Amino acid sequence: MAKLTIPAQELMYRGHAACPGCGPALAMRLLLKGLGPRTILSIPACCWTVIATPFPTTALGVAVLDNPIEATGASISGLRAAADALGLDDVTVVGFAGDGGTADIGLQALSGMLERRTNALFVMYDNEGYMNTGIQRSGATPRGAWTTTTPVEGGRHGKREAKKEIMGIVLAHHPAYAATVNPAFPEDFVRKAEKARDVRGPRFLHVFAPCPPGWKFSSEETIALGRLATESGLFPLYEVEDGVYRLTRKGGSLKPVDEYVRRQGRFRHWSPEEIRELGDEVRARWEALLRLERETAPARAAATPVLAPAPA
Amino acid sequence: MTREVLSGNYAQSYAVRLARAQVVSAYPITPQTTIVEKLAEFVATGALKAQFVEVESEHSALQVVVSAAGLGARTYTATSSQGLLLMHELMHWASGMRAPVVMGVVNRAVAPPWNIGADHTDTISQRDTGWIQLYPESNQEVLDTVLEAYRLCEMEDVRLPAMVTEDAFYLSHTYEPVDVPAAELVDRFLPPREAHAVLVPGRANRLGSFTGPDHYVEFRHELARATAAVPRRLLEVEEEYRRLTGRAYGGALPTYRTEGADAVLVTMGTIGTTARTVVDELRAEGRKVGLAKLRVFRPFPEEELRHLAGEVDRLGVVDRAYTFGAAGPAATEVRAAIYPSPHRPLVADFLAGVGGRDVTPAHVRRMFDELLGAPTAETRWVDLAPEEVGAHG
Ligand SMILES: Cc1ncc(C[n+]2csc(CCOP(=O)(O)OP(=O)(O)O)c2C)c(N)n1
Repeated sequence: MAKLTIPAQELMYRGHAACPGCGPALAMRLLLKGLGPRTILSIPACCWTVIATPFPTTALGVAVLDNPIEATGASISGLRAAADALGLDDVTVVGFAGDGGTADIGLQALSGMLERRTNALFVMYDNEGYMNTGIQRSGATPRGAWTTTTPVEGGRHGKREAKKEIMGIVLAHHPAYAATVNPAFPEDFVRKAEKARDVRGPRFLHVFAPCPPGWKFSSEETIALGRLATESGLFPLYEVEDGVYRLTRKGGSLKPVDEYVRRQGRFRHWSPEEIRELGDEVRARWEALLRLERETAPARAAATPVLAPAPA
Repeated sequence: MTREVLSGNYAQSYAVRLARAQVVSAYPITPQTTIVEKLAEFVATGALKAQFVEVESEHSALQVVVSAAGLGARTYTATSSQGLLLMHELMHWASGMRAPVVMGVVNRAVAPPWNIGADHTDTISQRDTGWIQLYPESNQEVLDTVLEAYRLCEMEDVRLPAMVTEDAFYLSHTYEPVDVPAAELVDRFLPPREAHAVLVPGRANRLGSFTGPDHYVEFRHELARATAAVPRRLLEVEEEYRRLTGRAYGGALPTYRTEGADAVLVTMGTIGTTARTVVDELRAEGRKVGLAKLRVFRPFPEEELRHLAGEVDRLGVVDRAYTFGAAGPAATEVRAAIYPSPHRPLVADFLAGVGGRDVTPAHVRRMFDELLGAPTAETRWVDLAPEEVGAHG
């Protein structure tokens, strides 16, 4: 029988203020299961500012520091420095930011933190837009998606530009550990969170975080949509440790992207042609990832376990 | 105690070493750079046991120390001009989070045009961010004030950030003999920070948070109470410091030869030193003039100014900062402070020394001449070149 690997301890409480089916809420719950109670979170302006509930209550069983939207990377450098100065060696310092607070307005501070090799974890929950302010486009919004600032009317057909590739940006800084996680695959998520807790140096997690009101789907479909995103290759699960790529979920062949697209109101205006183009794009990226895995694999001999001592 | 020949910037660095700051972070900008270069050296050699966080901007530097202070560390950063302006959002975060950060600010003009000379526009533009603002006028006073700032801003009923300024070049790069107190003495004056209301790992607690109108008002009121505690606390801190070192600076508005004065000039920073010698000269000539120094700009020393207003008919305020569409900022605040007094002197407003323009004894003499003559309330630009007016359009 399969053993449950997910810790039972809940560090995210009931009574939080998230919408039903909120991907970022699931992300926090699983993340804290992996990281444990000695976590210090730094959270910028984002949906989670509100989800954690207003003063004097909190929905989180750990220490939380609020910081301005653009400064999470610097904040965790400061928390780490203070923890080291004060001898708090056992704490895990974590920045937990949306895609805007990570890849757009927060990019400079993130880059600074990665470059100076702060011993901390930066988590970007990717709901593909500025959701706290009411569904505006971000650099992480996918091409063609409707948002309130990329309308589908007049001459406009949703967002014109491609999604910013945060993993590429992060990996260019050579972090100690970087991985993608998806709440629809909780064992993989928690395992990577535990690993991210234990590795020293700058670490990064990119979390797939569906937003029912922002993406226009029904709140009970968050997990189904998450599974589709990974199974169709749109959000591949992988990790990169010291430059070595490893896909943590390969499965058989990729599902078509059609169902993922068709289930969301933000893509309702898409033509079959556009869906086909997305499928082509996704397959090309998937192939590139497989190639990276092959190319960065440690040399064969070292990878093969030695089963018995070689005869003398 | 040792006597060292230090620049104003090094006086900051030496004070931070004596204060045993635990987390230091800064981004270089002229003329602040030598403060942090010296601190980097202290950390490298082990003279200061601190985490030195090398950042990619002033914005991040301030966030680093605000977050570090949130966990209970004693912290320091330093900047100037554009760097301070870039920090603006974080300035409010520091006070709102009650982070007792100490920051050195070398007062420098704001661009454009680019100019690295002394000018208070940078710190004046941050006066509403909840920071204590201290304006010393000598390198000795810089060192002493940084130590006093730590003691003051970590007090439980204060817990506010403080900036200790220096006029660019006049202090930052000018060397003077400075008495550096012994480490044991400073340790007695400034024990390790007591952590009040800081983040505690391992349990549910939150610093910063968000709140609606039901609590926000009270959060602001707490800040107001903390700020109101500063004047009294500063006097206590100064007295403690005087007992240990023999040095004191006379609180928030030290005065010089104001008894029986017909006119008093109010200055900030190094212009005060020049003005003091002019006061002596004029007094020797039999003219009754005096000086008051705005050593603290925030919280503004209203009570002290009202007291001064009761004793003199003419005040001249020297502003080394230009404000758009209003009188000089110090003059405006002096006027507001004395308005409730039964005796309201005329307040003249002199704009002098912006962008590092020298303010000489001759300029100060002219200001006193005007004050003792027929002063008006209109802003006077001291040392404006008439042939250049209108030529920079
Ligand atoms: C300097 C600044 N600009 C704008 C805002 C307003 N703001 C608050 S949350 C937010 C969107 C954040 O988007 P993201 O980081 O993707 O997180 P999400 O809201 O989607 O959870 C914005 C723009 C702010 N708080 N600070």
